[in-house]
Amino acid sequence: MASTETHNSSGIGRDIAIYVCLLVLAGIQFVIAYQNISPSQMLTRMLAVAIIEGAVALLFFMHLSENRGLMLFVVIFTVAVILGMQYGWTDSYRVLYGVPWAR
Amino acid sequence: MSQAEMTMHGHPPAGAMAEPTFSVPAKKMAMWLFIIADTATFAGCLVAYGFIRNATPDWPRPFHSITNVALMTLILLSSSLTMMIGIRSAQRADKSGAFRWTMITAVLGVLFAVLHLREWMGMIAEGATLFHNPWGTPLFSSAFFSITGLHLLHVTGGVVALIAVGIRYQGGRYKADDLEITGLYWHFVDLVWMFVVPLVYLMNLSH
Repeated sequence: MASTETHNSSGIGRDIAIYVCLLVLAGIQFVIAYQNISPSQMLTRMLAVAIIEGAVALLFFMHLSENRGLMLFVVIFTVAVILGMQYGWTDSYRVLYGVPWAR
Repeated sequence: MSQAEMTMHGHPPAGAMAEPTFSVPAKKMAMWLFIIADTATFAGCLVAYGFIRNATPDWPRPFHSITNVALMTLILLSSSLTMMIGIRSAQRADKSGAFRWTMITAVLGVLFAVLHLREWMGMIAEGATLFHNPWGTPLFSSAFFSITGLHLLHVTGGVVALIAVGIRYQGGRYKADDLEITGLYWHFVDLVWMFVVPLVYLMNLSH
């Protein structure tokens, strides 16, 4: 019983550490928003921080780090779907600029 | 049935329990599949938004302050922590603690939704609607209200789920696992917000 309580209290300690880590990462995004850089640079930096934030939340808050098989399934499946969508999105520019009334 | 008989027939005996996929209970696996599908939905919206933003000259930057969005982010991140504490309480069979922290999470979700609606009302008062944008291209308003509206819908659904599952857990109808599965959904809503904030709010901040 004592070991379970110790495990739970250390677990809450870890949760708080992850929460602080996420707050810091979110804070970094807000700092980037005030930097005097180009929109593409800003987007790249913010997305990089958001991906790290998302990974931390996935691994520790959603316990994906505890199940390697599930983690691989979720990551590979999700990335494949998102990458698949990029194929269609880039083609959608043709619709924007290719129609007769576009210019 | 012996191993040899199993091999001969090519399938396990009727009634034998198959090993769950990735050793994850069926309900939790269903939630993960829902999360993957929902990730694709949000990714679709955000990527489409990114392309529209890039392709549109003179994209408006109507946000003057980060106070509201920073507060909303703080509330949503804090709600993920309270959810975790609730789940840990449930795992050590502390029913009242789990119920209390789950309800605190739901209250934080309501607070987030109220702040969100307050922001919407402010923008609508300035003339922004789904099809009209006083600062330039109407695509901005369409994208903004669609993406944040979809997220707000998820938050609202999450709050209802938290209250329903919390009450049923307290009443003994649901187990700690059910609370954990609802928590997975809540963390996902938080995760999506981490991408909505930079793309929809911070990139459109006027300096």
